[in-house]
Amino acid sequence: MLDQSRSALPAAPGVGYKPQHFTGLTEDPGSVAWIEVHAENYMGDGGRPLAQLRRLAERFPVSVHGVGLSIGGEGPLDRDHLTRLRHLCDWLQPASFSEHLAWSTHDSAFLNDLLPLPYTAATLARVARHIDEVQGRLGRQMLLENPSTYLAFAESDWEETAFLAEIARRTGCGLLLDVNNVFVACTNQQTDPWAWLARFPLHLVGEIHLGGHHPDRDDTGATLLIDSHSTEVADPVWGLYAETLRRGGARATLIEWDNEVPDWPVLAAEAARAAAVLEAVA
Amino acid sequence: MTAAFAAALLDPGLPVPPGLTDPAGRPAGRRFAIYRNNVVVGLTEALATGFPALRRQLGEAEFRALAQAFLRANPPASPLLMFYGAALPRFVAGAGPLAERPWLADLARLDQALRESYHAADAPGVDAAALAALPPERLLAARIRLAPSLRLLSSPWAIHDLWSATGPLTPEARPTDLLILRPGFDPVPHELPPGGGAFVAALRDGQTLAAAMDAAGPDHPLSVTWTLLLTGGALAAIEEPAS
Repeated sequence: MLDQSRSALPAAPGVGYKPQHFTGLTEDPGSVAWIEVHAENYMGDGGRPLAQLRRLAERFPVSVHGVGLSIGGEGPLDRDHLTRLRHLCDWLQPASFSEHLAWSTHDSAFLNDLLPLPYTAATLARVARHIDEVQGRLGRQMLLENPSTYLAFAESDWEETAFLAEIARRTGCGLLLDVNNVFVACTNQQTDPWAWLARFPLHLVGEIHLGGHHPDRDDTGATLLIDSHSTEVADPVWGLYAETLRRGGARATLIEWDNEVPDWPVLAAEAARAAAVLEAVA
Repeated sequence: MTAAFAAALLDPGLPVPPGLTDPAGRPAGRRFAIYRNNVVVGLTEALATGFPALRRQLGEAEFRALAQAFLRANPPASPLLMFYGAALPRFVAGAGPLAERPWLADLARLDQALRESYHAADAPGVDAAALAALPPERLLAARIRLAPSLRLLSSPWAIHDLWSATGPLTPEARPTDLLILRPGFDPVPHELPPGGGAFVAALRDGQTLAAAMDAAGPDHPLSVTWTLLLTGGALAAIEEPAS
């Protein structure tokens, strides 16, 4: 369904936008060719956030990335929130809209985390129904992002890449491949990230995410990686990324750094590193 | 499954829900605690961002304890975390030892009002020259639409002193009207002169300038409040009665 040649994001590095980087980004963008914003941060009525976004959108293609829609949730989607998303997309006309294979709301309590769901025929049908609703309401295709996970569900009987591919087949959505999430989830599930990647339908990928993680341990002393977005992208993730591009071709690639946000030059250097990998496959 | 998952995230006293495992099929244990921690840390951070002055008064440890008690009882009802914590002032007022420092609830209201102002709709101010050219009798009969970013707050305490203090302070018991203005993008609280609160409240409620002056009383230094409103970009429109 998704054809990379029609994706409106350039096959170049982008960064997750943080207000403290406004000056750095506009005066010295380096290899950064586009930005991504979290939709929920731009749902106020006015003020600096919207003014900055308006100015940035005149200069950079923008990807709107939702973190609050709870597509994997048991309950119905929040209609008010969908309306807010539609309003944001209507005025901003972003190059891309993406959300997560996760849930964050239950019984109207928003838990502010991307929580995991079991992979079953029932959850697949529910997620597909929710994505149909999102794409219908927004009038555009969305990208669905693979999650980082810390535990497994005994009831899961679908393998993750097959689950994502089937959702894309049923709904026509594209996929957002978070390579760090692949490495984090596979390490935590004690499976092989290279094999995960080999199964994944790369032709459906409209955008790639790269972020940092940090190591922890579970009760048995096994390595548990935390998807912290608070540091540089790890070397094994760069390795998986290079393989992804070698097999699937160049794609819009986002550097995500959401916590302990560094000064602009540090983030710009991460983007430059992605640019070098992208140039190698151009 | 989701209901048990959600409940156990917010209540550390509940066991990890069954059916959650590690790769070998053993109970998830500490792996579930990662999610618990993410939820608490994320929402605490949202409250810390939203209530900086309250945090300065309480200090890090006391603020975190308050935030965690609050978020377990009052998780956000919307994904718009920029507005999370509207119920925190009331929670502070009823929160055991904190209630013995009654000014803290007002300080939380001030933090909340500043944040609402920050995200409020933009409104170009009235043209000062056009305003000056308006004959006084026409101005007195007019209603003045105030900027959406304007907020008015009153407290029995010297709340502006408390807001600007860098460390814990017991404020003077002095009734105070605060006017929050956002001339550009950054809201600023101003202490109003006597009568100023009644004057701005009357304008906000749609009364004419003449009626607002009456409401403010004879001792209100009109020029002080008027200059604040004008220079603070708070006068969004002059609405004259249809003739």
